[in-house]
Amino acid sequence: MLGSNKLFYHLGKFMIWQKVIYKKPENLRMYYNETIRQMYDIGIGSISIVFLISIFIGAVTSQQFYYQMEGTLIPAYYIGYIVRDMTIIELAPTITCLVLAGKVGSNMAAEIGGMRQKEHIDAMEIMGVNTSAYLVQPRLIAAVIVIPILVTMAAIVGILGAYLASVPMGLFSGADFDRGIREFFIPHNVTMMYVKAVVFAYILASVSCYQGYYVKGGSIELGEASTRAVVYSDILILVADYIIAVALTA
Amino acid sequence: MIKCVGIKKTFGSQEVLKGIDFTFENGKTNLIIGKSGAGKTVLLKILVGLVAPTEGEIWYGDKNFFALTKKELSTLRMQVGMLFQGNALFDSLTIEQNIRFPMDMFTKMTLKEKTERVNYCLERVSLSGVNKKYPSEISGGMQKRVGIARAIVLNPKYLFCDEPNSGLDPQTSITIDELISSITKDNKITTIINTHDMNSVMEIGENICLIDKGMLVWEGSKDEVLTSESEELHDFIFASPFLQKLVDLRK
Repeated sequence: MLGSNKLFYHLGKFMIWQKVIYKKPENLRMYYNETIRQMYDIGIGSISIVFLISIFIGAVTSQQFYYQMEGTLIPAYYIGYIVRDMTIIELAPTITCLVLAGKVGSNMAAEIGGMRQKEHIDAMEIMGVNTSAYLVQPRLIAAVIVIPILVTMAAIVGILGAYLASVPMGLFSGADFDRGIREFFIPHNVTMMYVKAVVFAYILASVSCYQGYYVKGGSIELGEASTRAVVYSDILILVADYIIAVALTA
Repeated sequence: MIKCVGIKKTFGSQEVLKGIDFTFENGKTNLIIGKSGAGKTVLLKILVGLVAPTEGEIWYGDKNFFALTKKELSTLRMQVGMLFQGNALFDSLTIEQNIRFPMDMFTKMTLKEKTERVNYCLERVSLSGVNKKYPSEISGGMQKRVGIARAIVLNPKYLFCDEPNSGLDPQTSITIDELISSITKDNKITTIINTHDMNSVMEIGENICLIDKGMLVWEGSKDEVLTSESEELHDFIFASPFLQKLVDLRK
């Protein structure tokens, strides 16, 4: 199949699949339990990596802005203001979701793909379970709920990282940082952060589940599907990032 | 009773099944036999609805499988149990949770009722006391028996087994065969087994169809196997040099 044909084939298949995912659950309690399990896996399993990345990104951002603005006429408190807005609008949702695409997305693709290969999905189909719904719906719901919470934490920790890397290091005063964090605050930016977090969460969970669900072949193909889940999720997240930025700042 | 009418299946340009007509009888162990690559697994997957045929019909009793409404299909699914070649037990669930899974999903039974049913099914396959173990903690033969326990937990009318003896030693294979046969008799269900194990053919084959190169080439019972004049059946049954020597000696 030619590249563009393949793209449209998978796009069409993905769209049709979305309809199957949202069929009524056979048993609400089973879906609820699975959603809670997924929320735990995504949330608790990713807190440490999200914290670690956010704190360093915040620290590096403040350090870089201080380096660029040092000796200029721009007041020092502007660094706090720039760090806050950059973290909220861009770094927290986008970097967090790119990292989660690698961690959570590849895990989802490998888990569902492994179930396909071990005939677990066939076994459920024969029992009468709508496997597209049972395996994907809880993951999507969990991702859309938990990832915005992780992004919120990333934003807070990122700003904290910026503070720790600048004020105790003597780059500028705590009062300047505080002023910068409070000045020119636009609540719409927080809305933008949550819109991005929800959209990115949906993209990374659905693309990864799709790659795992339709995997064919053996362990090499499963590895390839897992890689595709991360690469496609990352590309789509960046495209969506631009579209949201244009749409919400126009 | 399950009936296939003119089942054909093509993958690309390759015709895997070339028009199979056969009736799997109720209360009997029906065997699909044939060499590797003959089309047995594809036929079994078509029978359970995992693969759609290119042509032909499957009848469960008086109902055409491919013309069922969603509701009828869900009802039928509850009457089907399947044992997979690789067992298909969920690794992250205990044996009890594995067997309970269909009940959790489709019934409103209380936990006590479900546990009682799980214990009954485990007893039925002679595996009492393994409830809390995980599939990786028990042997291959035990996993097969757990697979059977899960397949029968909702009292199915139809039991499908894909290569139930693969990877098992001869003694365990006999135990599994006897178990499937006794469940078939006791519950009066239609059992369809896909196998190339000759011991199974001779022990429990009450209604056998031999598939070769996608075609039904012979049908009969275990009693007719040794007296049949079918060349394809002869080639399949006596493929091993040891058995061939025995036949020659007998002659």
